[in-house]
This record gives sequence, C-alpha cells and structure tokens, in this order.
Amino acid sequence: MVRHLAPLASGLLFGLGLVISGMINPGKVLGFLDIAGDWDPSLALVMVGALIVAAPAYLLAKRMHKPLCSSAFAPPARSSIDRQLIGGALLFGVGWGLVGYCPGPALASLGIGSGRTLLFIAAMLAGMAAFTIRDRLNRDRAPSALHRGTARQP
Amino acid sequence: MANFTPISAFLGGVLIGLATALLWLANGRIAGISGIVGNLPSARPGDVTWRIAFLVGLIAAPIAYTSWIAEPAIRLDASIPAIIAGGLLVGYGTRLGGGCTSGHAVCGVARLSPRSLAATSVFMATGFITVFVTRHVIGG
Repeated sequence: MVRHLAPLASGLLFGLGLVISGMINPGKVLGFLDIAGDWDPSLALVMVGALIVAAPAYLLAKRMHKPLCSSAFAPPARSSIDRQLIGGALLFGVGWGLVGYCPGPALASLGIGSGRTLLFIAAMLAGMAAFTIRDRLNRDRAPSALHRGTARQP
Repeated sequence: MANFTPISAFLGGVLIGLATALLWLANGRIAGISGIVGNLPSARPGDVTWRIAFLVGLIAAPIAYTSWIAEPAIRLDASIPAIIAGGLLVGYGTRLGGGCTSGHAVCGVARLSPRSLAATSVFMATGFITVFVTRHVIGG
C-alpha cells in the first residue's frame, strides 16, 4: 500500500510545487526564457530549491542497499551523451520556447487548463506516441536485416 | 525583472525537490514526467501502478489548489499552430532525448549526471534562442 502511496504523495507535492512556483504558467516560463526582454529569473530559483533538497537525497540513497518500498533502485538505462540525447534536447527546447510548456506543467494543468492547454497535451502525447512507434519500427528492422529471407523472430 | 517572485519560486522548487527525493528514496524511481508518461504504454504489469499514482497526484494537486486556495494564473499566448507544433516537438524531443525539465534539469542535475547536464544546457539554449527569435526577431 505504501508502495503506491509514496508515488501519489510525490505527484501531489510535484503538482503543488509547480502551482506555488508559478511554473504551471507558460507565460512565466517564457519570461525566464526571454533574456532580452523583461527577464524573470524565477525558474532558476525553482531549480535551486529543488536541487537543494534532491541532491542530498540522491547522496543519502547511495548509502542504502535498496529503496524503502521496492526491491531496487531504477537508474536511467542510458548513460552516454549521444546524437539522440542532443537532438532530442534540441527539439524539446524549440517546442518549450514556442509555447512555454514542458511535460510536467502541461500535464499538471489537465484539470484546470483551457481547451488550448488540452490541445497542447494532445499534441505532446501524439509526439510521444510517434517516437514510440518509430523506436519500435527501428528495433524490428535491426534483427530482420540480419535474418533476411528467414522467418521473423518473435 | 518586475515579474520575479523569488520566495514562491524557491518554495515551489523545494516541494518539487521533496517530490523527487520521496520517489527515489521510497520507490527507487526518477521523477521525470516525460519518462513516467512516455513509458506507460510499454511498461510491464508491475511497473504501471506507481506511474498512474504519481500522475493522479500531479493532476489532482492543481485542481485541489484551485478549488480551496486560489486560481493560479495561466497565460498561454501561443497561436493554435504554435501550440500544435510545440506540443509535437516537446513530446517527440523529450522521448528522443530521454528526459525533460524534471528528469534531466532536476533529477539528473541533482545526480550530477553528465548526460543530464548536457541535455539541460542544450534545451535551455534552444529555448532561449526560440523565444529570442519569436519575440524579438519575428515579433519585434
């Protein structure tokens, strides 16, 4: 039960943090990205506040054999700085700068946003789905090239 | 810097940091929104519930805040075509790059991951450039 309560509490804290910090507001995020205009450094302070708490927690976790409510820590699978990472970050930054939404604030606004917010969420989920489909096609293609003319492996 | 709100920004950031710390210490999971959502369709059966629980909390908190405390300001000025293009780019880009502002800029930077530091530098840079172009080159 606690195993599911912790993620729920984490989501609630995250959503509340986005509202209180003002990061749920695309206008405020664009104010941070607009260095040449009336610059609003708030987003940098949000990161400082988050890092002050998160960094010691990650250090503490290094002294634990496993998380409190699950069998193992699940660190990110990829560790290299490759073309996908840079290309993906590049595309994300352009989309972020066009609208002022990144995935967290957009989804957190699902219940309180306007139709335009819902349109952004729908487009974002479509973009995520497009990546998943492309990724699966690429994975299917790789073994089929090795086994050309033979039955496709399941 | 007329719109700078340092105290609420810092406090909100601390809450986001607590959320991140809780999910890692309790469940061993990275609080990266694009990964939590993007991997939902392909997640194994035992890997689904925590994602849904987190998203329920993420969506419920602003609803509760709006009903009980105040309606947060949401200013979305982008045109409909920009919203569609921006959404597609954010969705595709965060999955390709393996993370977004939460996964790379908060969790990854807190872990001092070189990969996340690189990603954060790149999307911050293209975010700055995009706003400069749309507001001061085209819009100005």
